Amino acid sequence: MRPGGRHPQDAPARSQGPGPGGKSRRRTAVLDATARPGASPQPGIHQLIAADGTSVADEELAPYVADVDDEQLLQLYSDMVTIRRIDVEATALQRQGQLALWPPMLGQEASQVGSLRALDMDDFIFPTYRENGVAYLRGADLAGIMSTWRGSANTGWDPHKFNMATPQIIIGAQTLHATGYAMGLVLDGKEALSIAYLGDGATSQGDVHESMVFAASFQAPVIFFCQNNHWAISEPVGLQAHAPIAGRAPGYGIPSLRVDGNDVLAVLAATRWAAARARSGAGPSFIEAVTYRMGAHTTADDPTRYRGVTELDEWGAKDPIARVKALLQGRGKLDGEAEAGVAARANAMAAELRDGCINMPDPAPMSVFNNVYTTEHAILDRQRDHYERYLAGFAPTDGATLEGSRS
Amino acid sequence: MSTLTLTQAINAGLRKAMEDDPKVVLMGEDIGTLGGVFRVTDGLMKDFGSHRVIDTPLAESAIIGTAVGLAYRGFRPVCEIQFDGFIYPGFDQIVSQVAKLHMRTHGQVRMPLTIRVPFGGGIGSPEHHSESPEAYFVHTSGLRVISVSNPQDAYTMLRQAIACDDPVLFFEPKRRYHAKGEVDLDADLSCAPAMGASRVVHAGTDVTLVTYGPLVTTALDAAKAAADDGISVEVIDLRSLSPLDYAPLEESVRRTGRLVITHEASETLGLGAEIAAGITERCFNYLEAAPVRVTGFDVPYPPSKLEKHHLPDLDRMLDGVDRVLGRPNSLSGLEG
Repeated sequence: MRPGGRHPQDAPARSQGPGPGGKSRRRTAVLDATARPGASPQPGIHQLIAADGTSVADEELAPYVADVDDEQLLQLYSDMVTIRRIDVEATALQRQGQLALWPPMLGQEASQVGSLRALDMDDFIFPTYRENGVAYLRGADLAGIMSTWRGSANTGWDPHKFNMATPQIIIGAQTLHATGYAMGLVLDGKEALSIAYLGDGATSQGDVHESMVFAASFQAPVIFFCQNNHWAISEPVGLQAHAPIAGRAPGYGIPSLRVDGNDVLAVLAATRWAAARARSGAGPSFIEAVTYRMGAHTTADDPTRYRGVTELDEWGAKDPIARVKALLQGRGKLDGEAEAGVAARANAMAAELRDGCINMPDPAPMSVFNNVYTTEHAILDRQRDHYERYLAGFAPTDGATLEGSRS
Repeated sequence: MSTLTLTQAINAGLRKAMEDDPKVVLMGEDIGTLGGVFRVTDGLMKDFGSHRVIDTPLAESAIIGTAVGLAYRGFRPVCEIQFDGFIYPGFDQIVSQVAKLHMRTHGQVRMPLTIRVPFGGGIGSPEHHSESPEAYFVHTSGLRVISVSNPQDAYTMLRQAIACDDPVLFFEPKRRYHAKGEVDLDADLSCAPAMGASRVVHAGTDVTLVTYGPLVTTALDAAKAAADDGISVEVIDLRSLSPLDYAPLEESVRRTGRLVITHEASETLGLGAEIAAGITERCFNYLEAAPVRVTGFDVPYPPSKLEKHHLPDLDRMLDGVDRVLGRPNSLSGLEG
């Protein structure tokens, strides 16, 4: 039987799949509050590209990426390099005072690229605030993405244009939205799916549990894509999960997979597995992408206060980009010229980002009143009129009206 | 015209909305096979199917949160919260998501949710079944909040709420569920009073008495009792709690010069506080006395054997009327 074809009741075995390099298929990594993430091997994790860039045989996942040739792998590599470059540029812009805040995605490029590239445009994405790489790859323009972090807007793209909801700041809230959207897909008779991105910390939230209950109850075509990056700000995953997070979903009747989140091919395959389940009417799936947040939670964070110095080295050796680079180089598909081309594209995106960010105008003062309601609201209208009159006292006397005003 | 209870009127309003728009779906605990614990949705699953009358697991945050996803998809969900005191697990989804998504997305995503909440006391229920949480939602921008007091408004305003592209908190006075009234089931929404409009339900000249929901009936009784003492009380049913429709209040207070506001919810930062401040700003030069509030106490809702003390009744309203008129009252002889 091909992967994903199991009955949901078979699901518990899925969270204990084959380990890298053909290691034990049944060992379960047990985390506890004293565990140091990354300090020990993580058994039970599906993998297709090892950290050293060699291919790993995984009979369950391999069929889902059998069509991915070297050219496509190079594109995945380029995607990851680009969003890392965007991340570096955005971090620098924050340090230069151009952005109020930035949530780095450094280290999680494979999870973002692999999952996004498994989706169709009809599939609706409900992200957290860290899926800025996903938003870029989905088509949102860079200045728009930056507007949220610059403080110019609450979102920088039209959710319906890109089938991607706005950044979700409340932890776990979007998992319910994704489930509800998927319920709507069922009601509409559509084959598309929705995907909820979430972090390991979100799995402590009640909304995530309620969303899995509803997803299972109504067999909603939703993918729960959990990026276990090992830290919920300063709280280690071991504080929140004493067993692999992927092991929770089967308890709701939702099959799950635990994959190497730094392995773009494994993530792509796992997401395709879940997407195939959703499109075939088999209902929800849960993916735990085991990755690592190399940077701070946000630029306001100081990870040196809570995590050990050896962790970065340990996870740096598992870098998602380096391993694909090594794989491609080993196959003779990434020479200096190709690599320079990838870097040039990434640098161009970074330049576009910087330009769009720095030249972004501040929003009009009166726009603070816009779109609170779809139609008039007497009290708000009164406040708008009052403030407009107040501001008019500072306005030039050339007859110009205030942008965003109703007059 | 048909004579219906408030419950039957809401049921009829839901039925009409579902007939008119296939994107209207109902969601909630026990609303399907059982027809709701108050039987408000009785028979709707049978007639519209379980795909449109969705019996959900017991999880308020999920009911609201999945309705958000359905709204993203173009549906118009009508969520039932079983009792007022159970809305708090769904509070975050309402105030952080439902209320803000339209503005967050620059108007590109609409949240036409209607959240029905049986609210208020007076039915002898245990804890968490008699609360009046409306002020929490009035304080949240992006929500519309209404409360009905009679079957005709229940029928009409529910349909208006469902048709509204803004999210609406629809507070149903559960102790009036069995009150009967005439309902025009063929009422044309375009000709009906606006959902946001307050209404004078009893004309008077001496005191303006403002209320909504379950206390409208009590206020009307108080007005009749006051008339026996020669006091003419004008009663205003707010109907819309957000936005507040100040125009009839202003017009009334400019005539009477005196204002009493009454509601079941606690006094501090309740609707009464807002209305007292709003009317003072707008009508200060017309006021003959400081506005008076007659409300529930600032206590957790008491055991049902004590609720008659907590809930404003006819006599407490009349005492408020006496206070604002300077007649002998419960506070006579005290400063402030």
